[in-house]
Amino acid sequence: MVAPPVEQVLAEQFGGLLRIDDASREGVLILSLPADEIHEAARIVKKSGGRLAAEWATDDTPFGRELALWTAFAVPVPDSAKDRFILIRSDVPIRNPLFPTLTGSFAAAYRFERIISSFFGIDSIGHPDRRPWIRHEDWPDGFFPLRKNVSIDAPFVRSEGSYEWIRGDGEGVYEIPVGPVHAGIIEPGHFRFQAVGETILNLEERLGYVHKGIEKRFESLSWAEGARLAGRISGDSTFAHALAWCLAVEEMAGILVPPRAAWLRALLLERERIANHLGDIGAIANDAAFAFLLAQLSRLREEVLRLNRSLFGHRLLMDRIVPGGVSADLDAKGIEAILIEMDRLSAEFERLVVIYDENPSLQDRVVTTGIVTKKTAADLGLVGFVARASGIPSDRRVRFPFPPYDELMVREATRSNGDVNDRVWVRIEEVRESIRLIREILTRLPGGPALPSESLQVRPQPGLTGLGVVEGWRGEIVTWVQAGPSGEVHRVMVRDPSQVNWLGLERAVLGNIVPDFPLCNKSFNQSYSGHDL
Amino acid sequence: MLRILYQTLRTGLVTEKTLPEADKKIEIVGNALREEVHKRFHRSLTIREIDAGSCNGCELEIHAMNNPHYDCERFGVHFTASPRFADVLFVTGPVSRNMEIALKRTVDATPAPKIVVAVGDCAACGGVFGTSYASLGAVENVVPVDVKVPGCPPSPAALIRALLEAVGRK
Ligand code: SF4
Repeated sequence: MVAPPVEQVLAEQFGGLLRIDDASREGVLILSLPADEIHEAARIVKKSGGRLAAEWATDDTPFGRELALWTAFAVPVPDSAKDRFILIRSDVPIRNPLFPTLTGSFAAAYRFERIISSFFGIDSIGHPDRRPWIRHEDWPDGFFPLRKNVSIDAPFVRSEGSYEWIRGDGEGVYEIPVGPVHAGIIEPGHFRFQAVGETILNLEERLGYVHKGIEKRFESLSWAEGARLAGRISGDSTFAHALAWCLAVEEMAGILVPPRAAWLRALLLERERIANHLGDIGAIANDAAFAFLLAQLSRLREEVLRLNRSLFGHRLLMDRIVPGGVSADLDAKGIEAILIEMDRLSAEFERLVVIYDENPSLQDRVVTTGIVTKKTAADLGLVGFVARASGIPSDRRVRFPFPPYDELMVREATRSNGDVNDRVWVRIEEVRESIRLIREILTRLPGGPALPSESLQVRPQPGLTGLGVVEGWRGEIVTWVQAGPSGEVHRVMVRDPSQVNWLGLERAVLGNIVPDFPLCNKSFNQSYSGHDL
Repeated sequence: MLRILYQTLRTGLVTEKTLPEADKKIEIVGNALREEVHKRFHRSLTIREIDAGSCNGCELEIHAMNNPHYDCERFGVHFTASPRFADVLFVTGPVSRNMEIALKRTVDATPAPKIVVAVGDCAACGGVFGTSYASLGAVENVVPVDVKVPGCPPSPAALIRALLEAVGRK
């Protein structure tokens, strides 16, 4: 028997309480449901194989309404490799800002709901952890920056307070605090280990150090200016984030992108993927004391960045995309240059892959280290190459493609052991696939304009929303935008893959030895800035 | 092992004499830098990097200073894990509220005389993040700064040039 679609089960369960929003479109269903029922809805979605992709709040007082809770679920489409998104909006009263927690069904809700509580003062009933998240203990009481009655430059007076760490005790258990300032050239965060001898019993992360108020900042910018800020959510994923922003804004405002621009976007997204994977594979090898690969791969990475600069004007591809198109085109000479580069890169890369694979001292460090089982990855709702290394297909280029990925037929790379080695191998496969895609994109690149027409203006109808989903090199990015009463930026929600994948690292290191932590961490390489916003 | 040797030979020397985006010789800048490092820092200049709120873009380019093309170690420049050993601090990002205290402590932990370099537009002027409840903007709003390097992010070559300017000053 074929299972009925989720919305049918939801409709049967909730009857008249459930409403379908007119703004629903192919692949994105928007519903509304009273907040008291949301955990029931989550349970039903979970049963049908869905995943909680994001959970956030809005302050809708400018519309004459109160607060709202939004949940976004990625739900598999039966008999296909595709997903669709179900978004549910629930009104939340200002005087009694509560809703039942979704942590019973989805582990990812654990941090989403701590963020909602920290930034909106909306609490989830039954959440096992009342501590704030990203909001540090010295923030003023009752200060909820994403509420509309708080201005972005509201005075900030530090208060007293301390964070309650999870403690381990027992004979021989000791604690190692690390950070926020780390030993290398890396972003800040705090890690606290409980260990016995060399073995890690528990790892607790504490993040939020690079919180810059990005979501609030968006609300003070125009739609056109937002792309620049989106490109600085996480510098290594600048193109992917700016792309997710543009897709969301274009969907909301009904803007069509010329075909050539869509294909160029895919080209730049794949270049970003290659550059990051090259750097990371080298860095992982280096953390296992094999500096040779770091030197070789950072050389290849540098060459990719230099070609980026000479063809597109920026080494990391910042600000190369705007709503309605791209801001850099490519001529025949440029196409030729990239094709030559791909041949060279591919040959060099394959030689290095053999060296990676055949080096016993390296293999000894990476195989069976930092395992995330398939079950753990599914329970936590992990995304990106981390999920794929544990055997969970999750590539948005396949499962929720936007043009031209609907025509490109990406081959998704998955492995099954979920260790450091598999996370490296997924990336190796992805470099190969990106090289193949770039060649295909360049041979099929359509003609016509790539830049948006000069008269293009983003003027959305009040209250409309848009969803942008992009498989960046790190994994699924979900960006959601909503227009305010006069078509301005009302609310922007950004869900970087790191916001869920950091949970995976806490699990991956358990039972490993402390000296392998840097290696495990590097094999995840999650973003602090993308997490903290 | 043989493969590694072959690959090393095949790659040859990629470290460059010229800076890629300008026709300035990197070795001229580099040798001037080395001389300063020799004179003032006993042949070794040590940098501690502090991300005070960056988007991580600046970190990528600071990393690139060490790749085989730029190889800044040849001029006597090293990155250290501890502020206690540092001569120079590279600070990136607008200073986030949540990093303000950690930044001040790290700067205090660095022995004087120290050179503080604000790396990138954010560190130099606050960048796209500006000042807000969460961000204090430019690094100089929190600790004294000696040199500012504009760019979003500044290229590795620009960083090497800025280092020369920084050591020439004190
Ligand atoms: S200057 Fe640019 S690259 Fe550097 S931290 Fe700021 S936004 Fe990121």
